[in-house]
Amino acid sequence: MANFYLDNPSLKHHLQHPLMKRIVELRERGYADKDQYDYAPVDFEDAMDSYDKIMEVVGELCGDIVAPNAEQVDHEGPQVNNNRVTYAPGTQQNLAAARQAGLMGLSVARRYGGLNFPMVGFIMVSDMIARADAGFCNLWALQDCAETLYEFGNEEQRRQFLPQVCAGSTMSMDLTEPDAGSDLQAVMLRATYSESDQCWRLNGVKRFITNGDSDIHLVLARSEEGTKDGRGLSMFIYDKRDGGVNVRRIENKMGIKGSPTCELTFKNAKVQLCGERKLGLIKYVMSLMNGARLGIMAQATGLSEAAYREALAYAKDRRQFGKAIIEFPAVYEMIANIKAKTDASRAILYETARFVDIYKTLEDIQKERPLDDAEKAELKKYKRLADAFTPIGKAMSTEYCNQNAYDAIQVHGGSGFMKDYPCERIYRDARITNIYEGTTQLQVVAAIRHVTTGTYLNQIKEYEAAQYAPELEPLKKRLSAMTAVYEEMVKHVADVKDGEYLDFHARRLVETAAHIVLGYLLLQDADRNPEFRRSAEIYVQYGATEVNKMHDFILNSPIEALGNYRC
Amino acid sequence: MSLKIILLAKQVPDTRNVGKDAMKADGTVNRAALPAIFNPEDLNALEQALRLKDACPGTTITLLTMGPGRAAEIIREGLFRGIDNGYLLTDRAFAGADTLATSYALAMAVRKIGSFDLIISGRQAIDGDTAQVGPQVAEKLGIPQITYAEEIRLLEDGNIRVKRRLERGIEIVEGHFPLLITVNGSAPECRPRNAILLQKYKYALTPTELQTSDSRFAALYTQRPYLHIDEWSVADVGADVVQCGLSGSPTKVKKIDSVVFQAKESKTFDSTDDAIESLMVELINNHTIG
Repeated sequence: MANFYLDNPSLKHHLQHPLMKRIVELRERGYADKDQYDYAPVDFEDAMDSYDKIMEVVGELCGDIVAPNAEQVDHEGPQVNNNRVTYAPGTQQNLAAARQAGLMGLSVARRYGGLNFPMVGFIMVSDMIARADAGFCNLWALQDCAETLYEFGNEEQRRQFLPQVCAGSTMSMDLTEPDAGSDLQAVMLRATYSESDQCWRLNGVKRFITNGDSDIHLVLARSEEGTKDGRGLSMFIYDKRDGGVNVRRIENKMGIKGSPTCELTFKNAKVQLCGERKLGLIKYVMSLMNGARLGIMAQATGLSEAAYREALAYAKDRRQFGKAIIEFPAVYEMIANIKAKTDASRAILYETARFVDIYKTLEDIQKERPLDDAEKAELKKYKRLADAFTPIGKAMSTEYCNQNAYDAIQVHGGSGFMKDYPCERIYRDARITNIYEGTTQLQVVAAIRHVTTGTYLNQIKEYEAAQYAPELEPLKKRLSAMTAVYEEMVKHVADVKDGEYLDFHARRLVETAAHIVLGYLLLQDADRNPEFRRSAEIYVQYGATEVNKMHDFILNSPIEALGNYRC
Repeated sequence: MSLKIILLAKQVPDTRNVGKDAMKADGTVNRAALPAIFNPEDLNALEQALRLKDACPGTTITLLTMGPGRAAEIIREGLFRGIDNGYLLTDRAFAGADTLATSYALAMAVRKIGSFDLIISGRQAIDGDTAQVGPQVAEKLGIPQITYAEEIRLLEDGNIRVKRRLERGIEIVEGHFPLLITVNGSAPECRPRNAILLQKYKYALTPTELQTSDSRFAALYTQRPYLHIDEWSVADVGADVVQCGLSGSPTKVKKIDSVVFQAKESKTFDSTDDAIESLMVELINNHTIG
């Protein structure tokens, strides 16, 4: 009888962000669908009311169906029989419910049978599902591949596949291979064009494919014989009904056990080319990955939420030395930090989703009509921000979800180490988030150029220039001081003019920028809603200390010190 | 084949989460303190109706409910899940009805709706727990009934096969249309609300609700007939006012006691196998377990 939307007011807070007015207006093209579809919104208020009501449906589905199934799904997991995956019974029930609730084509346009939700809505559903069962979140959120198919596929392919997705077909993105993990340029799966069959065929092996027995696959393969790098790769669409792809085995994983991670063999599998040849990795997968990274941020945030609730409930309930353990400073500090990190993760999650919403929708509108100058500037601004915020958001929220899950177990003491409480599952599920879709280390690689080019600093200055309630001024002063320290750190590293030195300190610089950004975002949240005041205070306190630590480290590590670390 | 299904449903106070203020001092239910919900077993019945609709395209489901104005909420809840339309029987003269007066009013409304193949409802409502209304409606309409259904299957010959959940087992029976089925709480849970249907029907209103609603949607209401939820009075269904409501209800509540369970006796058993065995036997014999 739980509702994961109604019991978590921070979701409604983010849904009602002022930028939503612009986002929905763009997404709905000035509410043009209302005359054609009886379920399209007539105006902004109507759209927001629908989002709110549908989030409530999702909250109920998560609380009443997905969360109660999570433990059993974790224990049973999926099976492979005759090269096909069978989901755990709980997973099947979750999927059936998601289909019946009409949640399978959330962001797909109405003309293909979808709900035309903005990214913010999609992310909010992921956030709730991940809190209920992080493994199921993967299966559900892979529908986001439809976005890539829409963006780069032709109209015929859109008409063929998108209605299927909306009707409940599952998706997967088949990228990784045994020798191509973080380095996707090494992909070897062979794509050859068969003149006799007038179609492309795939041969080879893929590994670590989430939901690899899905109905519709997006596959990265080498279409240009003799090439060795990313420029020889193209993207293909595989329809399971055409056959040719088998599941050789599924991995026995530490966490997200309900989500099958498959090894696939392609034997003359018939596929369609999606988009243009040679752009598979350099354009399409990069786009796909950015969407997927946002999805993982939502998964991490949902897991943090779950960890927080488990820790809080246990600490209130468990009595030692004659009182509830939450009354001890050592415990309440841990719980307050979990909460602040969760709120901070959610703040950057939705901020990034809003940036993505604006620029992606403008890009889509650009296909229909030329943008005016103001719109062009808007697109450019938000695209750059989305590009800068995705890696720090992914890095911070996934590291925090690991820390939060770790602390949740610590709050439980010995009981947390037993299989009796959900915190151990949350801990195992959390562990993959800072690894897949690009490790934290790779997020730093993507983020560091925004340190050196000043994207973060500019945005921080913009946050700084905004007006905040008077009682938040001391926090703002502290963030300004942190910004001065950040500038000094960046200058110190840049002045050395050495690539390896920059790489060595990159994570510290990126994290410092992130602490300031997260601090400001919580300040904005607190300005709009006093409920966030505590988390803002706690987070800035935490972030300032971390920044000082990293500042000290950088100032005390001359370039010669790198020699101590090299193997 | 396609079916015409009428779902009898009721909005009830949620008696599953009863707090201190659930009962008034006079011993009646404090409806204001309890959230109003779709009666749980009526939701099980709705799911069965929707499954028949899934299996037989063209099937229509009409929800019929009797209650105060706000009971229109469960008609919307039904629309969000896949019913086609609904009628709200609402009239001061229906108030205070026991099962006899309720089944009379519902039977009259069913006659007004006209032809049907199947009437389906939950076994019982959680506020009264009588399980009488469904069977009484069937009797008044002169059609057969199957109670305690857990699974309903349409057979190729057009008959229906129903799995009944009884106290000590299951029974499988067959019947033919038209008939009435009441559905047990052990039947599958109702499906979630559907996002598209929710957006389509969220402004479905009764004429009374329309008067007090946001005027922004008045135009929409006029353009889209499926947003109209009909309200029927005693006169609309051609009912005899004396047989409705309090005057039509032979059941009179004389007194209500609030019973608080308290353990009065205690027994101590040794931790021997024999003693535990005798405890088990006792618990089974008095139906505490098993």
